Amino acid sequence: MKLIFEKSTFDREGFKLPKLDVPECKLPTDNLLESKKVNLPQVGELELVRHYTNLSKLNYCLDSHFYPLGSCTMKYNPKILETIAGFESFSNLTPNLSLSKKGFKYIQGSLALLFQLQNLLTEITGTSKVTLQPLAGAQGELTGMLMIKAYHQKKNNQKKYVIVPDTSHGTNPASVAMAGYESISIPTGPEGQMDLKIFKEKLTDEVAAVIMTCPNTLGIFNTQIKQICDLAHQKDVLTYYDGANLNAILGKIKPAELGFDIVHLNLHKTFSAPHGGGGPGAGPVGVVDKLVPFLPEPYIVKDKNDQFSLYQQSPDSIGKVAPFFGNFQVLLKALTYILILGKEGLEKVSEIAVLNANYIMESLKDYYQLPFRRRCMHECVISAQKQKEKGISALNIAKYLIQEGIHPPTIYFPLIVKEAMMIEPTETESKKTLDQFIQIMKKAAKLAKESPQTLKQAPANFIFSRFDEVKAARNQNLKYKNNNNE
Amino acid sequence: MNYIPHTEDEIKEMLGTIGASSLDDLFSEIDKSFFSKSFNLSEGRSEFELFEYLKKIAAKNDTSLINLSGGGFYDHYIPAVVDKLTSRSEFYTPYTPYQPECSQGTLQSIYEYQTLICRLTGMDVTNASVYDGGTALAEGIIMASRITKRKKVIIDSALNPLYQKIIRTYLNPDFYQIMIVDSSGYGLNRKKFLELLDSDTAAVVFQNPNFFGKIDDYSDLVKAAHEKQILTILSTYPIALGLLKSPGSFGFDIVTGEAQCLGNQLNFGGPLLGFIAIRKKYVRQLPGRIVGATEDKVGRRGFVLTLQTREQHIRRNKATSNICTNQNLSAIKALIYLASLGKDGFRKLSKMNYFKAQFARKALAQIDKIKIDLNYPIFNEFVIEIENLGQLYPKILEKDFIPGIPLAQFYPEMKNKLLICITEKISKQDILKFKSILESITYLI
Repeated sequence: MKLIFEKSTFDREGFKLPKLDVPECKLPTDNLLESKKVNLPQVGELELVRHYTNLSKLNYCLDSHFYPLGSCTMKYNPKILETIAGFESFSNLTPNLSLSKKGFKYIQGSLALLFQLQNLLTEITGTSKVTLQPLAGAQGELTGMLMIKAYHQKKNNQKKYVIVPDTSHGTNPASVAMAGYESISIPTGPEGQMDLKIFKEKLTDEVAAVIMTCPNTLGIFNTQIKQICDLAHQKDVLTYYDGANLNAILGKIKPAELGFDIVHLNLHKTFSAPHGGGGPGAGPVGVVDKLVPFLPEPYIVKDKNDQFSLYQQSPDSIGKVAPFFGNFQVLLKALTYILILGKEGLEKVSEIAVLNANYIMESLKDYYQLPFRRRCMHECVISAQKQKEKGISALNIAKYLIQEGIHPPTIYFPLIVKEAMMIEPTETESKKTLDQFIQIMKKAAKLAKESPQTLKQAPANFIFSRFDEVKAARNQNLKYKNNNNE
Repeated sequence: MNYIPHTEDEIKEMLGTIGASSLDDLFSEIDKSFFSKSFNLSEGRSEFELFEYLKKIAAKNDTSLINLSGGGFYDHYIPAVVDKLTSRSEFYTPYTPYQPECSQGTLQSIYEYQTLICRLTGMDVTNASVYDGGTALAEGIIMASRITKRKKVIIDSALNPLYQKIIRTYLNPDFYQIMIVDSSGYGLNRKKFLELLDSDTAAVVFQNPNFFGKIDDYSDLVKAAHEKQILTILSTYPIALGLLKSPGSFGFDIVTGEAQCLGNQLNFGGPLLGFIAIRKKYVRQLPGRIVGATEDKVGRRGFVLTLQTREQHIRRNKATSNICTNQNLSAIKALIYLASLGKDGFRKLSKMNYFKAQFARKALAQIDKIKIDLNYPIFNEFVIEIENLGQLYPKILEKDFIPGIPLAQFYPEMKNKLLICITEKISKQDILKFKSILESITYLI
């Protein structure tokens, strides 16, 4: 499709501004001024609307296609969330009113909701206090790592390492590095969970923390998780729960009760805030008592007169990871979701999420290799190793799914499974949708045997064929230039 | 409501396929003692009840005040097309475009967005977005330190104080040395900067317009820094770039900022939209997603995520940052906003902010008990000094104006000083009304 720049006409006026109602005055001196106008496209409103409407139609999205992207929890985003987030009294509220105590009375509504969400997430995670500031899961991890660092520094503990299983999300070791620690990777044992023996060997006094995703990215719940937390605590090693997969145990298990000290949540995953094509998300972090002094500030408190205000007095606070209260709009959506579902609704989420994933795994076990023969939780990992013998990769199968109107699962992750396909259907998908998916996956397995070429050429009869990613990396064409090289 | 479509019969049938006796049986591998005894949560509600409940709570916010506060978080008019288009499911319900064949809508939009951020800043390359202006700057500094293999960072105190806090949180004090140069008055302490630049310095950091609204010419300092192989970083305000000299033409190496002002509502401070734009030679050090153009098998142009070996999902602990999901939808809003205003419209808008702020500054300077330094150039923000600001501030709020940001909380020496912002949304009438309110309440003290 053409770019907006290629539809632009030199002298067409765009959006009409009101008339200037004050006198013009002298512009800043030349050394401060840009002589040329910024080269923005000039298109009429209808053309603009058509351009982005037509462009949007090139996306598969949750509202139009099954989207079983593993570890991303692509559940349905109820429309009421958008309606609430669109309330003008929420969307137009300036955070600057929170910069002065005198402004608090004008922002009581938003503070009340943030306070309510802090408490709900505390209850769901079993922690003592939650910060809503982190702007995404990865930033939640960094926030957690910085608190871990502050905790050990306060206690004069000499710590250097953070343990992460080899199935962990890439953000885990990256967050560890940002906080100035080194990560130690622990291999996965034959049961699909972190090798306990090796873990024990590596668990020295120099370890600051251990990060666990539970269930892990294989979709397997680590049955030794409590023991791992206990062993860690014996050496004053803090335990971090990566909440990317909380959907599997939502309303059933509280991570802090398993022995975790820090828990981050991805509100855009478990709590149904839409993913926005890659954000905005939100990554609140809950901590147990001993880490409360290190939380970012401010957080919201309620006084005796039921008025909400801000607490920012801990000398040990790590500071700020966002200018105000995090991605308020995303937080509001998650709160709405939690309140609509309530206790029973949330419990049901994990049950049906686990049911759906196991149903897919069982239905496909004769067609694809299963790296671990045990029950999965909210997602399952299957492998295209069998198909690889015929030259068919997970990528080929993914592209075939696109051709058949399904967004592919996460592929080639976790890294320890060859030709991995990580499938997370979520609870909001019906049996009928799952059955269709299963049929298409079976057909792909059949084609791999009988007509591998069909898969290698997929997506066929589609708007696009496969893109040359090597060329993209080589050419580094990262912005548009017109004929005048502008 | 739980949005689960399964009937009881379907659940039974599925359990049969799995070979599980009940839904509880699905969790049978997990030790019983792991399960929580109680979840103290309320019962679910109907959509209607919730709507009414949240409407009541929303009414406890007051968005009717005329907003004269900025400080990095600006109240600009947003054309209706921005929200109408970005509230299409196709934009807001997919995820990161890992599969380019079925994600061209997001990918092309981000390529267009990257193009516009480069044109605004006068820089070569940018990424698909970062969280906000503060973390963008923190990432920029970390990047500069990695490139120069140096640890000292010199920062102008007229940098947004909230960003300063974020930077202090992000930058590991065991590793980085942060030096703050106190601005003389509202402006730059050039002499001090020149003194401090040395061979240990990774980067110098400025903001233009600075936190007090002042605009400046940075060419001399950029040049001096470059002579010592120090990278220069500027945090900037995109609306001002419709009028002011682009950071690229000043010679900056890394340009960051907050682009909420481009088509994103204030939303009580989030989602925001950070950007980071750089010289092309540093592209492999850039954090975050980058979209690049390529072709499909039959030569049709399309777009993919590229240079991914910088990123956490490939490089893990060696990645340029841990960032992954961030502000995609906010970036698309910024794109549509800019495309809607167009070349002429954006210049006009930027000038309108400038003219109105100059008018307001002069008008308020006429008030007896208010002190305003008119001697430095500003874009659309400026500082005023009112005696007894603490007492007067709530009184002005009661007159339906958010009078700006009191500066003493960030700069203790700036007692009684207020940072005021005038955008295109503030009419001449609003300004005159604000003036008369200030006149009447300062008259009483």
